[in-house]
Amino acid sequence: MRDALYVGAMVATMCAVLSCFLILKGWSLMGDAISHAVLPGIVIAFLLGLPLAIGAFLSGLACAVSTGFIQQNSRIKEDTVMGVVFTGMFAFGLVLFSRTTSDMHLDHILVGNILGITTRQVWQTLGIGVVVIGVTLALRRDLFLICFDPGQARVLALSERFLNYLLLTLLATAIVVALQAVGIILVVAMLITPGSIAHLWTDRFDRMLLIAVSAAVSATVSGILISYHLDASTGACIVLVQSLWFILSLIFAPKYGLLRRFLSVRGWLDAHKKGPSAASSDPS
Amino acid sequence: MTDSPSLAVEGVSVAYSNGLLALQNATFHLDSGTICALVGVNGSGKSTLFKSIMGFVKPKTGTVRINQLPVREVLKQHLVAYVPQAEEVDWQFPVSVWDVAMMGRYGAMNFLRIPRAADKRIVEESLRRVSMWEFRDRQIGELSGGQKKRVFLARALAQGGKIILLDEPFTGVDVKTEEAIITLLHELRAAGCIILVSTHNLGSVPEFCDQVVLINRTVLAYGPTSEVFTEQNLAATFGGVLRQFQFEHSTIQDHDGREVRILTDDERPLIFGKDGHLEYKNRGGREELLKQRSEEHE
Repeated sequence: MRDALYVGAMVATMCAVLSCFLILKGWSLMGDAISHAVLPGIVIAFLLGLPLAIGAFLSGLACAVSTGFIQQNSRIKEDTVMGVVFTGMFAFGLVLFSRTTSDMHLDHILVGNILGITTRQVWQTLGIGVVVIGVTLALRRDLFLICFDPGQARVLALSERFLNYLLLTLLATAIVVALQAVGIILVVAMLITPGSIAHLWTDRFDRMLLIAVSAAVSATVSGILISYHLDASTGACIVLVQSLWFILSLIFAPKYGLLRRFLSVRGWLDAHKKGPSAASSDPS
Repeated sequence: MTDSPSLAVEGVSVAYSNGLLALQNATFHLDSGTICALVGVNGSGKSTLFKSIMGFVKPKTGTVRINQLPVREVLKQHLVAYVPQAEEVDWQFPVSVWDVAMMGRYGAMNFLRIPRAADKRIVEESLRRVSMWEFRDRQIGELSGGQKKRVFLARALAQGGKIILLDEPFTGVDVKTEEAIITLLHELRAAGCIILVSTHNLGSVPEFCDQVVLINRTVLAYGPTSEVFTEQNLAATFGGVLRQFQFEHSTIQDHDGREVRILTDDERPLIFGKDGHLEYKNRGGREELLKQRSEEHE
């Protein structure tokens, strides 16, 4: 149980940090696609005795690259291509998996099994988590720049391609690690919900990272505890608490919340302070 | 060498991925201390030319050289700065005015991008120069069109680029900011920068650009504004897209004097006088031109 909490907190932190970049870069769907597309890579890596993360990375990369290629060379739009590619790869992974004999359970890959985690997996997760978080935070300004204004990165001779692949690598690694906690189906929630929650709360990127991490860790810890007492799926409980945080933020966030918007549209806030809408329409 | 930059675009052709040519055999040269307008219709290859100067697209044939060096080398010296079009920026980003200006300094910092005191000083100076220092803590989406433009201009200043590319700098910008930007560009020109402005706002070109490059899939003409910016060349560039209003038979009478007032909703109109003379808004600083024209008349 304690192991599950440690692993959960680490996975949540790692995914939350990445989620801030993902949602700003407009890669939310990409996160979903890659998380499904890693399955064939994981199974093949398992068969070849390679680290699962490498298989997942190559598989995720294949998904991203082929999506880009098909989109550029056909009349089909990107989101459609992505849908076709990742479901195809996921199905391929499922077929491969069912033809393989292993001690892995399909259920554990699809929905996670954090309460049944082994000591070796705990250390592995903590180790990889520290590296992913460390690299992401150290390079956060460059990664932010390629999300915000790739042109500026290029005129400064920063390699946009390298940073994009780096982000993709970090993403694939995070997905493999997070699979243990929440499974393939729900990992995308870990990768986009914390960032969206934080984006509702703040206009500063460093604060956004902090808020995303706090939201994700608190949701994960309470999700694990709830699932233990209710004897319900852990991954689902974690994601459900995150969704609750999101709904609360959507309504009550100080500047961009619905409540705030509702009140300022009615003019009930003007007596105190000018709303953001008033500031942006300010001429000159 | 960096104090007097040069830009040489030599026979550049760029192809789209489908094989069609976006730009064919484009050639022009610019030397230190100039504001040059890049004029052409949408789809004429303006942005492709911009991208090849910034090294974003690789020409199929031809070369772009800055200070006699290939673009790739020059980018490493952070000499090329650019101000993006407003539509290219996501204004919802959690980023402040200060953060954006600081992005100009990234090239000068180590890989962790931790600003030193010197970087902070330069960013402050740059923001003060565009009168945006008071807004440094604002999120960028909370600014007006003109303020947004000035923030990105501050970033180019902070970077210290010698070749500055501005993409449609006056779109969505109020008249006051337009004048402020023009003043700043004049200062940069005096400091030896090469400023390349992509615009379809014809009227403002003679007011602040000393050189013009006219493009339509290739460079049709380039050189000093007074020589190149003629009705004939513009007709070739725009191929009849421009609206024309002739005042020869207008209702203006002699007793109205010389004064004609023209209102437009957004862009400055381009006005040609008799014999295709470019008309300017102010006579100030153009005494020689006036003298020359009256001599021609006599």
